[in-house]
Amino acid sequence: MLTLTSLSISFGGLRVLDNLCLTLPASGIFGLIGPNGAGKTTVFNLITGLLTPSSGTIEFAGQRIDGIAPYQITRQGVARTFQNIRVFKEMTLLENVLVALGDHPRYSALSVLLPLRRYRQAELREESAARELLSRVALADKSGRLAGTLSYGEQRRLEIARALATDPKLLLLDEPAAGMNSAEKQQLMKEIVKLDDGGLRILMIEHDMGFIMGLCHQIAVLNFGRLIAQGTPEAIRTNPEVVEAYLGRDEDNGSRLDGAES
Amino acid sequence: MEWLESFWATYSTLMLSVGTNILLALSIYLTLSCGLLTVANAAFMGLGAYAAALLSLNSGLPFYLNLLAGSSLSALVAWLIGGPTLRLSGVYLAMATLAFGEVMRILILNSERVTGGALGLNGIPQSAAWYDIAAAVGFTLAILLRLAGSRIGRTMTAISQDEIATELMGLNVRTYKLLAFVGGAALAGLAGGLNAHFTFFISPNEFGFERGVEILAMGVLGGTGSPWGAVIGGLLITLLPELLRGLGHYRPLINGLVLIVIILYSPKGLWHLLSYSRRSAPEAVSD
Repeated sequence: MLTLTSLSISFGGLRVLDNLCLTLPASGIFGLIGPNGAGKTTVFNLITGLLTPSSGTIEFAGQRIDGIAPYQITRQGVARTFQNIRVFKEMTLLENVLVALGDHPRYSALSVLLPLRRYRQAELREESAARELLSRVALADKSGRLAGTLSYGEQRRLEIARALATDPKLLLLDEPAAGMNSAEKQQLMKEIVKLDDGGLRILMIEHDMGFIMGLCHQIAVLNFGRLIAQGTPEAIRTNPEVVEAYLGRDEDNGSRLDGAES
Repeated sequence: MEWLESFWATYSTLMLSVGTNILLALSIYLTLSCGLLTVANAAFMGLGAYAAALLSLNSGLPFYLNLLAGSSLSALVAWLIGGPTLRLSGVYLAMATLAFGEVMRILILNSERVTGGALGLNGIPQSAAWYDIAAAVGFTLAILLRLAGSRIGRTMTAISQDEIATELMGLNVRTYKLLAFVGGAALAGLAGGLNAHFTFFISPNEFGFERGVEILAMGVLGGTGSPWGAVIGGLLITLLPELLRGLGHYRPLINGLVLIVIILYSPKGLWHLLSYSRRSAPEAVSD
């Protein structure tokens, strides 16, 4: 579904991604991990069109998406959340989701001006769709609050609801569990599993190893812009190169990546 | 009734100015609500004013058609310069639109054959009646209120808060910005046309930097959260100097002080102050 082919990008003299080749398998949750500065968020920015690769191609659902406008990529079915939260803070939760519900050709700019019954009905339909999405992330009871008043974890959940509102085929989650307490993490894991069961493909960046090992079927590891390993959580956990990237070389004992946060 | 007649005789120009100023405030509200700091509205006002006035003076076309032509010309020019300039943001966008405004003013100033240059245009027919202006304000306000509550208004608010997030919701941010810019220019052009047809006389300096700042002040003081904010801003900036008339020499001083106090205590505008006290009321309404 998503294929990155020899993707490279440099900022000034710094080669942030170097010849990255990555293919998302046909099913399962996919994790992208690596130390800080490895280029993970850059990969997301390239996929969603915020950055243009210096070389290489990105294919989604059989079509090249590198070089086209970000909003068109979203319309083709790629949605994302952000590492540094980007909810619309001074809008209500409901409005946040409504914005993302998208342009519908059946009501154009003109029909907004006319007192059409169909326009009203479309608005009502959208509102109930938005409420439904909010209840999926357990925020329905706060739909009238301003998004800026939510806790960190709640804002991350709102971002997921908003991303889902664009009706994606592929969802990119950038550190979805950051700033959440363990109860919230458990809840989020359940929700992500449900999305996966519903047929949505998920690509996730996360630093919480317990979270990522528990959820992902496949994991790719980036270090200094290169792919250093790809495989099942088991294989990644014991891969010596990965362990070295995270913990540094240790002569004395075999270090291991366990549930601990990196 | 006699009281009303004498009131109108004294204040009719002021009342008409209130109307056109509200239109101008609404014109900058459109771009401000997208988070765009453009200050070309005075130039678009001038463009609309000159185009409509020249048509009234030189062609036999009906008044309303001339107004429409002035407003359309402003919109067209905005559409042409919007493509390149709206790539900018923040102070850079302000600088670019400011420069455009100056270019327009100097262009009008130096096209003496057509525009009369520094002497301005004299003897414009006073075709704009109070009901024309009232209707223009009423219609515009109704449309903008409708837009503000619609998906278009929501999208504009979203753009003002986070452009990148809005784009990644699948919305074409550039189109929305251009829509706001062109719409604002059309409104400013309309206000200019109306204004020219009751003041009888226009000159290039009316549409310079000072006017631009005045329009911006109306938008910002009133607040960009709702079209009502622009109405409040337009009223305030037009009427405050009149209310302070008794202060003689101290009038501009006190006028400025009042504006500073307002912006200090309600940086998001007067409308925000009003709507905030409503919003923070108990939450029972929302669900």
